[in-house]
Amino acid sequence: MTDPIYQTDALIAEDIEAYLEQHQNKSMLRFITCGSVDDGKSTLIGRLLYDSKMIFEDQLAALETDSKKVGTQGQEIDFALLVDGLAAEREQGITIDVAYRFFSTEKRKFIVADCPGHEQYTRNMVTGASTADAAVILIDARKGVLVQTRRHSFLCHQLGIKNLVLAVNKMDLIDYDREKFDAIVADYEHFAESIGIETFTAIPMSGLAGDNITTRSDNTPWYDGPVLIDHLEQIEVRSAANRDKAFRLPVQWVNRPNLDFRGFSGQIATGTVKPGDMLRSLPSGKTSKVKSIVTMPSGGSASGSAADGELSEAVAGQSITITLEDEIDCSRGDVLATADSPPEVADQFESTIVWMDDEPLVVGRAYWLKLGTQTVSVTVAHPKYEIDVNNPAGSGSHLASQTLHLNQIGVCEITTDKRIVFDPYAENRALGGFILIDKITNHTVGAGMLHFSLRRSQNVHWQPTDITREHHAGMKNQTPRVLWFTGLSGSGKSTIANEVEKKLAIMNRHTFLLDGDNVRHGLNKDLGFTESDRIENIRRIGEVAKLMTDAGLIVLTAFISPFRADRQLVRDMIDAGEFIEIHVDTPLEVAEERDVKGLYKKAREGKLKNFTGIDSPYEAPESPEIRVNTVEMTPQEAADYIISKILPLK
Amino acid sequence: MTDTTTLTHLQRLEAESIHIMREVAAEADKPVMLYSIGKDSAVMLHLARKAFYPSPPPFPLMHVDTTWKFQDMYALREKAAQDAGMELIVHRNPEAEERGINPFDHGPLHTDMWKTEGLKQALDKYGFDAAFGGARRDEEKSRAKERIFSFRTATHGWDPKNQRPELWNLYNARKKKGESIRVFPLSNWTELDIWQYIMAENIEIVPLYLSAKRPTYEHEGGLFMADDIDRLEKVMGHRPEITERSIRFRTLGCFPLTGAVESEASTLQEVVQEMLLTTTSERQGRVIDKDAGDASMEKKKQEGYF
Repeated sequence: MTDPIYQTDALIAEDIEAYLEQHQNKSMLRFITCGSVDDGKSTLIGRLLYDSKMIFEDQLAALETDSKKVGTQGQEIDFALLVDGLAAEREQGITIDVAYRFFSTEKRKFIVADCPGHEQYTRNMVTGASTADAAVILIDARKGVLVQTRRHSFLCHQLGIKNLVLAVNKMDLIDYDREKFDAIVADYEHFAESIGIETFTAIPMSGLAGDNITTRSDNTPWYDGPVLIDHLEQIEVRSAANRDKAFRLPVQWVNRPNLDFRGFSGQIATGTVKPGDMLRSLPSGKTSKVKSIVTMPSGGSASGSAADGELSEAVAGQSITITLEDEIDCSRGDVLATADSPPEVADQFESTIVWMDDEPLVVGRAYWLKLGTQTVSVTVAHPKYEIDVNNPAGSGSHLASQTLHLNQIGVCEITTDKRIVFDPYAENRALGGFILIDKITNHTVGAGMLHFSLRRSQNVHWQPTDITREHHAGMKNQTPRVLWFTGLSGSGKSTIANEVEKKLAIMNRHTFLLDGDNVRHGLNKDLGFTESDRIENIRRIGEVAKLMTDAGLIVLTAFISPFRADRQLVRDMIDAGEFIEIHVDTPLEVAEERDVKGLYKKAREGKLKNFTGIDSPYEAPESPEIRVNTVEMTPQEAADYIISKILPLK
Repeated sequence: MTDTTTLTHLQRLEAESIHIMREVAAEADKPVMLYSIGKDSAVMLHLARKAFYPSPPPFPLMHVDTTWKFQDMYALREKAAQDAGMELIVHRNPEAEERGINPFDHGPLHTDMWKTEGLKQALDKYGFDAAFGGARRDEEKSRAKERIFSFRTATHGWDPKNQRPELWNLYNARKKKGESIRVFPLSNWTELDIWQYIMAENIEIVPLYLSAKRPTYEHEGGLFMADDIDRLEKVMGHRPEITERSIRFRTLGCFPLTGAVESEASTLQEVVQEMLLTTTSERQGRVIDKDAGDASMEKKKQEGYF
């Protein structure tokens, strides 16, 4: 083992104030390490922690005991055990999740995200890469460039990491052979070029023996490049590069302690800002000048004059609160930007999506999209192609695909329900990177990068009309509603909806009943019964219902609509409070016993596929506005009950 | 701390923590800040004040009390809440109070009932759906893998294998009714960062972190402070032998469970100096990590400990 050079700094004992002064103003670099367990990734990190004295005596004692018990290095210290934290991982000897580690040198503080190597953990690697300034890609010198090397490099490149280090590890096991090292570098260079990686730095090293990590190794006299730590100390951090770009502040929170103060809080994504700068608020387009950049005066809020806490300038990466000269409409989700170089606003995009959930992407289903501080509803089209992550440079790297499964990456068009403010990911991670959230499970199911907006969305504008929906509803002397009846086939949806409509008609209410079967004869006759066709069926009905509520009508719909996500999709389209979900609750045995249309019999005989309740699930509403039990109530009673719940309708 | 070239590590950490707090304020229905009165809590509270200035932080402070904290801690608790203009909620598990649960007679049950159960009770009682905690990833191995937004089931369980991916600075705060999120805005801070920030921002901390002459006793090989000698005598069954020593604490918890270190470091600089020269990890002073073997913290977290 070489001497760790980051052993206790003599300055600590001699002059603590000087030491602290020095360390007060360090910069910070975030990087990831990728490669498989066998490449010695955890060992390398363990080594960095050990050499920078981030391991204490008691941890070292525990490490020595553990090394002998479960380690893979015989009687030697197994540094990997320092890093593999979760109990399950230690038992299996693999790294499952991203672990964050911290160490520092005299120049920098480092945050290392240790990312898993196996293909089934691609999502974890992407997660780690999303916040990194640099990536260290480990290669086992005995094995050279492997499938996973290509996969990791490709993912890092996709996520926009510009600083790549090719760490050719385990040089000790190939006798520090220069020719072998050069051959690996040439092989990698060829691949890197083919996928658009412009530069990388290759370093011959050994994590176990400590070659070229913190100190130059005598074993590689032929190598004249930097050692790993020196190189990591020199890399430019991303927040510094972001400073030269146009100003962008995604508004997180509007600060209103009293009527005289209105501040906009957020973290600056790119650029710099000074009092007096002219800003534009997107998507509204309104402009105003910066009045002040407010921070808390030292010593607390009550003491000191307000001017104490005002900044003359703020830069990319800082979390700030600014006030404007004029009262302009601006709230969470809006973006304050340089007035003469604002970001785009659009609702259709081409994007690259990494799927992260066990359940595959459902084309056409509505998910939440979160980008910056904006959260909107989004649908994803059929992928244009899936990218073969294991062979991203090959001629067959674009695979045809109907959907995306866990860890798959595809290029897809997406459509948001509202226009959003964005920059292409390549220019600005903060306004180009997004996550997708399942509306029912609330899982983060995917992550993506916006490339550009699609023209067609920019050229179609909303046509403002003079007679508003309020006028329409006012003339009918009612408030619009969508009464959405859901339940099993034969539960009595149509019968009850029909009764409700008759009663509303007697009360002089203007209504319209949309029935499942009838709609399929006309508007939706091009649709079949596949999953995506069923979603499209519901989406169109939702849009029609929405138009009818704009016309002031009370709309009744009677569709099985078995999936929660699809009903949620419609709920999100309709104005708040106007969507009334009515669960016509009938046990399957009762519905099957009734079998008015003979459909259950056919389904049981296998003559009808995908029949709800038999071979396709019915997801009952968790908290419908109204629930009617058709075993205890007659259709008349159910209708009366529903009417009593929805009145007064004015 | 404005700088003209690159943001310093403290500036980046501060900006990240503030961003996290504002996301929670914007997206959670009823957030709360858990306040343990320790140095990490002090930094977290200070960051919250900065995040929302000139408004007070838009959530209350909550202390899950065990009744066995140091007197100095209780004093700072009241003052800190008042200075910040925040409501202070103190919760004590009534069952633990009734049964007189203490660290001497009840061992691990003391932590379980006062802290783990007490915390769950308090979150349920007030219906908080997001709770800030001051845990750092450098403290302990299982924490190194925990998300900044750490999702908990309706029964407060943590499933380390089923954590939501966390990309860029985009946090998914969506959850079902009854479920909650623990949020760790100091995840990326190290112990040294915390001390440097306390010095740079002049943040008030409990004086026990600095060395002074204090009454001490030895118990099962550890050195402790006799913060309330009469109460100690009552539960220990005898009056421990008291010696005046110059001591300080590296972490603060219940006084009979928090080991003191003998030290002459009476300024922040000297404390940091000692810390940097020391050879044992921070949590060693706390008895709690040792009682279930290697993966004890991971297990406690699955059961709902913070």
